[in-house]
Amino acid sequence: MPEVLIIGAGPAGLAAATAARRAGARVVVLDAAEDVGGQYWRHLPQQRPAGREEVLHHGWERFTGLRRELTGVEIVTGAQVWLAERHDGRPPTVHILVGPADGADRVRRVFDPGALVLATGAYERTLPFPGWDLPGVFTAGAAQALAKSERVAVGRRVLVAGAGPFLLPVASSLIRTGARVVGVLEAGGWSRLGRAWTARPTELLSASHKAGELAGYARDLVRHRVPYRVATGVIAAHGHDRVEEVTVARLDAQWAPVPGTSRRVAVDAVCVGHGFVPRSELAVAAGCQTGPDGTVVVDADCRSSVPGVFAAGEITGIGGADLALAEGTIAGTVAAGAAPTSAQRRDVLVYQRFATRLSDGHGIRPGWAEWLADDTLICRCEEVTAGELRDIAAATGSRGLRSLKLSTRAGLGVCQGRVCGRSVEELLDRTTGGLLDPGRTANRPLAGLVRLGELARTQGDPS
Amino acid sequence: MTTTGPARLEAADDPVSPGPTSEIAIVVDGSEIRGLAGQTIAGVLLAAGRQSWRTTARQGRPRGVFCGIGVCFDCLVTVNGLRDVRACQRHAADGDEVSTDA
Ligand SMILES: Cc1cc2nc3c(=O)[nH]c(=O)nc-3n(C[C@H](O)[C@@H](O)[C@H](O)COP(=O)(O)OP(=O)(O)OC[C@H]3O[C@@H](n4cnc5c(N)ncnc54)[C@H](O)[C@@H]3O)c2cc1C
Ligand code: FES
Repeated sequence: MPEVLIIGAGPAGLAAATAARRAGARVVVLDAAEDVGGQYWRHLPQQRPAGREEVLHHGWERFTGLRRELTGVEIVTGAQVWLAERHDGRPPTVHILVGPADGADRVRRVFDPGALVLATGAYERTLPFPGWDLPGVFTAGAAQALAKSERVAVGRRVLVAGAGPFLLPVASSLIRTGARVVGVLEAGGWSRLGRAWTARPTELLSASHKAGELAGYARDLVRHRVPYRVATGVIAAHGHDRVEEVTVARLDAQWAPVPGTSRRVAVDAVCVGHGFVPRSELAVAAGCQTGPDGTVVVDADCRSSVPGVFAAGEITGIGGADLALAEGTIAGTVAAGAAPTSAQRRDVLVYQRFATRLSDGHGIRPGWAEWLADDTLICRCEEVTAGELRDIAAATGSRGLRSLKLSTRAGLGVCQGRVCGRSVEELLDRTTGGLLDPGRTANRPLAGLVRLGELARTQGDPS
Repeated sequence: MTTTGPARLEAADDPVSPGPTSEIAIVVDGSEIRGLAGQTIAGVLLAAGRQSWRTTARQGRPRGVFCGIGVCFDCLVTVNGLRDVRACQRHAADGDEVSTDA
């Protein structure tokens, strides 16, 4: 059994692995993907290694350095962690299936680690808008993932929209994958962005490498004459069976569309992301305490509320790859029984301030509900519309999230509410005048798709 | 060649300089589609210009890739008879039989 088991091989998990190894621990790293790197360092597959991967990655040398340091660490890729079996006062038993994604004959392994570092990252939150279910509407992260690991551009005439600095690398990757980017639209307005990004400029100097990264993307936009607009968003997508046009409008400080400002733009793809949601289901299953925004609560040593369970990276709060690296170093070091240096602790603080600016400048505002129509899908899996959600809530008079989900089916589809959960909760909270049991959406006992046959086999049934 | 929709950048034009790789072929609803070793099934479909391949149960609407990272389940296909495989997560193997009408 490993002394330190790490789930997730993104920046946080890799930093944790190398730190724990340096501290002398026996380390095993698990990741569902076929290769290490996580979302940030997604790259071309081993079958087609890039000559110049750094074209799409700032800090690529940091990754190759970490990867070199992994000698002596057992890395299991293609490893879907599907269950964290909770125990009182110690790390959970971790169950994995290893093999091709969603395959039927994957190999089962079980770990009872001395210490567990959760570094499962985040996924994107895209707010619903009319037509967001049309093919050709992608999350910004999908465009990024396809550009980096497939060299596929999701369209030829692409608009990038949503909120946060993440839109810039997405636009830059699209350009470098052959797409024409017709604009980057940021929902936040200058006054809010300005307050968030110009306050205490000396703080940003210490995170200057981050500022340099963003400046690099901005240069790409200028060179390719890509307009960057603030206080603006995509409020509808149009087309018969694929997106052909989008409606773009100015947004007020609450992100409600400003009447009379909308116009249509022809596109063949639109990439939209409004923020990130921590992937905390394994942490919840392990019994770790989470905050109201779904982040795993940790102390300065990255310890969660469960003894022996640590968390690092985006699951402890959305702050970007540099913060993930800094936290991973702390988590891995402490999990291996060593003490972090004061410089390592200082790194965490520097990048945490950057994270605060992110949420101050770009955090989601409630006015988005104004761009919904009655027939706008909210839950993509079960195809529940905004109108149905409101009408059923009114008809039942219920204020319970759990019972409203059962009666509307919103959030009960195959994605288990990962895509719509927060939006459903926000909308129901408003129509009901306040939910009695908010925040249950991260409660998913199984962290991955498991086939009944596989489950039967894992229970010792030879079928 | 179409001038709209998704497309894969040819290696010769690619600033990332991808290394040489072998071609693979998968069969999608009876027709052969060519791709490169290491691509996902979704990658092969998008590179071939396909933006959607699934139809939703209730409204019969088309779907393809949305999240691209295995979270949304919009991209489901049947692979070699096995249903509910996420095309954006499953790497294509030469000769895979993919059907999209499940
Ligand atoms: C699609 C996408 C693209 C992004 N691209 C960029 C970018 O280009 N630039 C940027 O600055 N930020 C990007 N981000 C933001 C991203 O969150 C980074 O800040 C960074 O990757 C976070 O590092 P992390 O180590 O916390 O998590 P991640 O890098 O997300 O790594 C988490 C890892 O955990 C694995 N995992 C999760 N759950 C399980 C499970 N149950 N079983 C097995 N493995 C599991 C995942 O496969 C993943 O590899 C992106 C985010 C997303 C969702
Ligand atoms: S596109 Fe979301 S799971 Fe494949």
